[in-house]
Order: sequence, then structure tokens, then C-alpha cells
Amino acid sequence: MKLKNISYFFILFLSVTTCAQDKNTINTKNSYEIVVPELNNPWGFAFLPDHSILITEKEGKLIHFKDNLKTVISGLPEIYVRGQGGLLDIALHPNYKDNGWVYFAYASPKGEERGGNTAIMRAKIKNNTLVNKQLLYKATPNTTRGQHFGSRIVFDVNGYLFFTIGERGNRDVNPQDLTRDCGKVYRLKDDGTIPKDNPFVNVANAKTAIYSYGHRNPQGMELHPITKDIWTHEHGPRGGDEINIIKPGKNYGWPTITHGKNYSGTKITDKTAKKGMEQPLHYWTPSIAPSGMAFISSNKYGDWKGNLLVGSLKFNYLDRCVLKDGKVIKEERLLDDIGRIRSVEEGPDGFIYVGVENLGIVKLTRS
Amino acid sequence: MIKYRFIITFGATLLFSCYSEKKKTTAESIRTQDFVSGKQVYDDFCINCHMVNGKGVPNIFPPLASSDYLMSKREESIRSIKYGLKGPIEVNGKKYNGVMAQQGLSNKEISDVMNYITNSWNNKNVELVTENEVSKVQQ
Ligand code: HEC
Repeated sequence: MKLKNISYFFILFLSVTTCAQDKNTINTKNSYEIVVPELNNPWGFAFLPDHSILITEKEGKLIHFKDNLKTVISGLPEIYVRGQGGLLDIALHPNYKDNGWVYFAYASPKGEERGGNTAIMRAKIKNNTLVNKQLLYKATPNTTRGQHFGSRIVFDVNGYLFFTIGERGNRDVNPQDLTRDCGKVYRLKDDGTIPKDNPFVNVANAKTAIYSYGHRNPQGMELHPITKDIWTHEHGPRGGDEINIIKPGKNYGWPTITHGKNYSGTKITDKTAKKGMEQPLHYWTPSIAPSGMAFISSNKYGDWKGNLLVGSLKFNYLDRCVLKDGKVIKEERLLDDIGRIRSVEEGPDGFIYVGVENLGIVKLTRS
Repeated sequence: MIKYRFIITFGATLLFSCYSEKKKTTAESIRTQDFVSGKQVYDDFCINCHMVNGKGVPNIFPPLASSDYLMSKREESIRSIKYGLKGPIEVNGKKYNGVMAQQGLSNKEISDVMNYITNSWNNKNVELVTENEVSKVQQ
């Protein structure tokens, strides 16, 4: 092939890939060990005090993995498995050792209308069955739309329960309206009651569990190990995935301001900033489709300590984000091409564990 | 001189590759207006992987536009939407070894979306899929 032909080839190749790929460099000095094999879609997982793992499978299965054995925990509520909905995140009460409460998020068909919406339940596990089930929150109304259920669950240092619900594919109605569920970050007490000082308790007809609004679909949430702030990331449409630090009562702008476009390539808005709306700490264009989030707080990975890790569903890698002065100053691809990354956690041993669709849960190693 | 040409073609191709989608969708929406309910299902459940132009994502999500798989394997395609699809397949001479999860659609929604995708992006299918046909497809 002549040089010129090669360059045309190159152009063609680039033009096919430019719109779809991002530019983050690949780090090859890392690998993984499979810890839990053969999972379909490990949406969330949590380590119990004995270091065994509770795993949610999106299709509606709760698994206890102990001594290399998977046991199915029975007694889940009815789950609306459709589109992006199913059994979602799982988290333990900060005092799990004493009280045994397990919290999980799921798409629920409960209610009058057809369809489903995101719910939060807590329960205890006895003889591999869920008991003492308490429904703490159920977003309304139901809808048959397949998108944007959220959801991640995190407890902050004061024991408050935070969770996210996406805007359920109804962006012009839900995220900016405080009287409606969806497109919000929520805060409850651990028993599901509403804290007296929630930001919108005095707003007429507001859903008082709301803590912040103007979100699209947050599928990552984590407590910063030092500042103890709540960090989230969320899916943008085409471009405009964001990282945010969640503050009470704030409006994060969707869909009034965004760096993203419609899937068709048409504009959603000209605005990327507006008074009274928060700017993201970081945004991704093109979208990486972020799911799962963890900070490296241990010393297990040397100078990666303090980095933020974000899973990419779309490009099949773990995004290592180096933070400095409240900004992402560098990004790098770890576990490149591993598969769709759904969940990321730092284990009690300080190692990073990653839930990958159709692979399982793996432990990140640095060489 | 060659260098110039290179740069110009390069730029033009890049621009073209990013903007061409826009024009096509307007033309498409006119042509496929009979399949609105199927388009709704597509926009809700398929678009984030198979993309607005039906071309998928290179090496990751196979195309539906001019897909020999979709257009010649009718029952397999219905089955893949109804129950999910996993393992090696070949679409237009390219190999894929991914997983498509079951979306939890009703038989009516599956027939609607099949009729939309088999009649969009230059695909043409006059023998429309019925709800009854979908109901008979077994795993
Ligand atoms: C999460 C991503 C994803 C979503 C959402 C998705 N697909 Fe797929 N689809 C795939 C993948 C991956 C394959 C190839 C699977 C394999 O390699 O075995 C595929 C294969 C197919 C095929 C057969 C191959 C071809 O290209 O002709 C059809 C038909 C299809 N999908 C239709 C749909 C329809 C209709 C929807 C929406 C109801 C949908 N898909 C939603 C990822 C997805």
C-alpha cells in the first residue's frame, strides 16, 4: 500500500472512531484477580464484617458469597425488571454489627399505576432469607419508561441515609420540580423518617426527602474519605456526564444547563451555566457512561492514594481520576477492555473491587 | 501539496462523520412515521447501545442499520430481543461476542420495535411482525 492510501485509511479509521471514543491514555501496569466468578450484572455489593460479600444481580437476585460459595438470599420484594430497572445498589447500616440492617435500592411495581419506580428497603438476613422488611421510600408515580432509576445508597458520618433516583426519562417534568420525585438526591434517617432540617421541609407540597435536585441519572455516590462530603457522578445524555459534590438544597441544573446534547446530536440548551445552578466538578464529553465509584483511601496502591475511581459502562474500563485543588487534573484507563464496569468499592482490606458485567467481581492489582 | 490535501480531507471527514447523523434522522423520521410506537420503544430501550443512526458502536454494539443478521434472521432477532442474546455472532462479516440483556418488553412492544428497526436506516420489511408471532417464539 502506498503512503497516501495508508493515510486515507487512517483518516477513515479516525473518522469512524472520533465521535465514539475518548482520549484517556491506557495504563498497562495493572491487572486483576477474579474474586467472585460468573455474575451477570453485579449492580452493587457490600462487604460483611466477616469479609464475605452481599451481591445484587440486576435481574433480581441477592447473593451471599462466602468461602467461595454463592448462596441465594430469598425473600426479595417484587422487582420491576425492565430496561435499566431491576435490583440495584446495596449498603450496610454503619452499625450493621449490632443491628443487622441491610439497605437496598430496586425498581418496584408497587402502586396503582402501570410501570415502576425506584424504592429503598431495609431488612435483616436470617437463615438466608430477608426478614423484618421495611419499605423506606418509594418514588411515585410509576411509569413504563425504561430509563434512569438511579440508584446508589450511602450513609454519611452522621448516620443519614442518602440515595439517588434518576429522572425516569421525563426530563422536562421531573428534575426541576420539587413537588415531584425523580432526578434527585434524597436524605432520610436510617429508619426512613425525614430529618427535620432537610432543605425543603418548609416548601409547600415539596417531596421533603429531597436533598438536592436537577439530576439526570446518578449511578455513583461515595463519601469522600477525608472531607466526608457526598460525591456523585451522573450520566449525561450524549456528552455531559458529571461529577458533583452534593450540598443541601442545591440545584445541579439538569436539563436547564448541561454540556450534553440529545442522542440525535441536536441541542438540548445553549446554556452550560446559570445563576443559582451548580457547576460540575468535572464533566465527560464524550460520555463514558459512569457507574460505580470509589476513592482509594488505603496505601495498597502507592501514589494512587486519594485518587477517584469511576467505572465506564460504555468504554469498558476503570477511570482513574487524579484530583488536585477540587479538579480532575488527569485521567487514565485501568483494566482497559475488561467489560462493562457496573460497580466499584474499596474493600475492608484496602483493595479495590470492581463489579464487571458478565464477568464477576475482580480485585484490582497494580504491578 | 499532498500535506494540504491530507489536512483538508482529514478535517472534512471528521466534520462529516460527526454531523452526518443529524441530517439523516430528519429524513428518517419522515419515512418511518408509521412506526411511532416502535420508535418510542427504540428510543427508550435500545438507543443507548445501538445509537440513533442504528449503526451501533464499532466492535462493541453491532449495527441494526443494514444488518444482515436482523434482516435475514427474523426469528433469532425476535428471540434476542425477547430473551436476550449472548455469545459469538457475526453481523455484516464482523464478529461480536457481547451480551444483550433482556429488556422486559411485552410481545406488543417487541413487534412494534421489530417493525421500526426493520423499516429504518434503509432497512425494508413489508411482512410486518405481529404480536402473535412474537408470542410463539420460545427461548
Ligand atoms: C446494553 C446494550 C444493548 C441494548 C440496550 C440493546 N442491545 Fe441489541 N445488542 C447488544 C449487543 C452487545 C448485541 C450482540 C450480542 C452478541 O454478541 O451476542 C446485540 C444484538 C442485537 C441484535 C442482533 C444483531 C444485529 O445487530 O442485528 C438485534 C436485532 C438487537 N440487538 C436489537 C436490539 C433492540 C431492538 C433493542 C431494544 C429493545 C436492543 N437491541 C437493546 C447490545 C444492546
